[in-house]
Amino acid sequence: MAYTEEELKKELETKEYEYGFYTDIESDTFPNGLNEEIVIAISKKKEEPEWMTLWRLQSFKIWKDMVEPEWANVKYKKPDFQAISYYSAPNKKPKYESLDEVDPELLDTFKKLGISLDEQKKLAGVAVDIVMDSVSVATTFKKTLAEKGIIFCSISEAIKEHPELVKKYIGSVVPQKDNFYAALNSAVFSDGSFCYIPKGVRCPMELSTYFRINQAGTGQFERTLVIADEGSYVSYLEGCTAPSRDENQLHAAVVELIALDDAEIKYSTVQNWFPGNKEGQGGVFNFVTKRGLCEKNAKISWTQVETGSAVTWKYPSCILKGDNSIGEFYSIAVTNNYQQADTGTKMIHLGKNTRSTIISKGISAGKSQNSYRGLVQVNSRAENARNFSQCDSLLMGNECGAHTFPYIEVKNKSAQIEHEATTSKIGEDQIFYCNQRGINTEKAIALIVNGFSKEVLNKLPMEFAVEAQKLLEISLEGSVG
Amino acid sequence: MLKINNLHARVEDKEILKGINLTVNAGEVHAIMGPNGSGKSTLAAVIAGKEEFEITKGEVFLEGENLEDTSPEDRAHKGIFLSFQYPVEIPGVSVTNFMKTAINESRKAKGLEDMPAKDMLKLIREKSELLEIDRKFLSRSLNEGFSGGEKKRNEIFQMAMLEPKLAILDETDSGLDIDALRIVANGVNKLKSKDNAVIVITHYQRLLEYIVPDFVHVLHNGKIVKSGTKDLALELEEKGYDWLKQETVI
Repeated sequence: MAYTEEELKKELETKEYEYGFYTDIESDTFPNGLNEEIVIAISKKKEEPEWMTLWRLQSFKIWKDMVEPEWANVKYKKPDFQAISYYSAPNKKPKYESLDEVDPELLDTFKKLGISLDEQKKLAGVAVDIVMDSVSVATTFKKTLAEKGIIFCSISEAIKEHPELVKKYIGSVVPQKDNFYAALNSAVFSDGSFCYIPKGVRCPMELSTYFRINQAGTGQFERTLVIADEGSYVSYLEGCTAPSRDENQLHAAVVELIALDDAEIKYSTVQNWFPGNKEGQGGVFNFVTKRGLCEKNAKISWTQVETGSAVTWKYPSCILKGDNSIGEFYSIAVTNNYQQADTGTKMIHLGKNTRSTIISKGISAGKSQNSYRGLVQVNSRAENARNFSQCDSLLMGNECGAHTFPYIEVKNKSAQIEHEATTSKIGEDQIFYCNQRGINTEKAIALIVNGFSKEVLNKLPMEFAVEAQKLLEISLEGSVG
Repeated sequence: MLKINNLHARVEDKEILKGINLTVNAGEVHAIMGPNGSGKSTLAAVIAGKEEFEITKGEVFLEGENLEDTSPEDRAHKGIFLSFQYPVEIPGVSVTNFMKTAINESRKAKGLEDMPAKDMLKLIREKSELLEIDRKFLSRSLNEGFSGGEKKRNEIFQMAMLEPKLAILDETDSGLDIDALRIVANGVNKLKSKDNAVIVITHYQRLLEYIVPDFVHVLHNGKIVKSGTKDLALELEEKGYDWLKQETVI
């Protein structure tokens, strides 16, 4: 079915689709495949306004003509995009009745991470009794935010309640046509988070998806939009250290950050999607587009700890548009067994006196491949731009790989660019030294890896850092022996 | 405390220890001297349990227990400490954090809870004063950018923290100037008691002026060729090792 924009608009205006031939897709899970009808049905299911439906359709059109990128240093069997169901209703039914039914290996990991019993239940999808405590925490949380005028809700809610903000900013940093996965996400995004900090407001707490009440079922195509208005500040935490055993193999999220004049956004991620088993079977493909825009004197800081997914393709980036703006990227990427990661950042210097810092720590074990890919671009008008990049790789064993692909494009002579890179291996001498002091090999590796990652771990909010540290330990368990 | 019977060890195809017999009792200080390549550091590493070396014959007993199947970390938990000739660097891990981990791992092995932070701080203060260590030093990354003297002093600081039963000091004097040597030796002397024992491995007699041994053994070509009291060390200083080498040939 070929639509022209006009025809489509007309058709939608008459709202025939609400009652018409789409009714056959009323069930909670849509049939496999992707076409315009499915896109419209997703939009309808979410009760979205017309402009959103149109935006999705436009994205779908763009996506249809795009091809999956192949430049990343990863090998996998490309997903069949017509074999995926693009909508499932949020899973309200608990998967299990009690913890006894949950995979013991998963519970063991929870225990090591020090996650409370109630949280364990929630994470594993076990029915939870009403926990007074967490309910009241969430309520207090919402109240405090509302007093400051901060909006923090799901993106679906924001589309309905704050259309002017969403309309203005969605796709403004990551345009629909940006790349294959971004276009796909724009067409079919399931849900995600929305956050707006008003002018001059300093968000009094770390915003975390954990506290967002209707977080269930954000699904495989997550969409996040964070807007920090002039002079505001927010620290946002994404993800969870607990392993996510998602049945969806393909995850294509889009995150857009907008830091207006003098604003600051700190965005921290801990990602631990199922990496596949020890033989390299299964596991999540994580193809994410994350980008932030900095206006005058603004600052965006990305911090990520990546331990999960079978294949990762992810480059949280900063567009330093405003003069004196600052971009930062701190990353730890761990790969073990057969995992593959191609991750890094892009720092685009457009404004004068813009500064960026990149600290990337890659840890490879088993038969995994870990690549850093980064671009530092200084535009001709970006006077006095500065960048410092440091890429360190740590290898464990003889069968893994670490790769570095730094791209530097400078079009202004006043720029100062520094790049440092190191590759090291955990030595037997280091291990024996620790052993001799009574520290077993597993613990010794954890200690060495934590030391190696310290500069990045230090950038995480306190409670997140402790969990991330434990996560590194668990991810590398059994990697030497 | 330590009993070694007819110990043979090799690395790859090269036999390095060729029948070592040694008994060390609690309260004693033994010095092991010998020329380069005689097997001194290998003996230290084998006692500590380094897996690179294969024991082909003989046994090592600690307090009557055969250490044959004991991992290096378990040997450490049982009270063996090795002060390394070349301490390794661990970037990003502070001396304090390293010690905290080591102490708590040992406690865990003994079924004890982690040491409370208050006690840990007290212990660190006490032992750093004993070895005249600046507290700022303890927050630096382990051995990273340390001078030779700082590395050795740090080894003895760790020994003080871990309070081992048997301490083996592998060429702790190398790379130390005279002041550092005195501080390190004083530390070792203060830690000495009737319940623990020390094995000092050294090339030179110099260190033995400060840490006075009860027995001196000369290692040559993988065997102890002569044992005696501290006077043997003086004799070696005077005559060198050559007379012993000749003596063993005869």
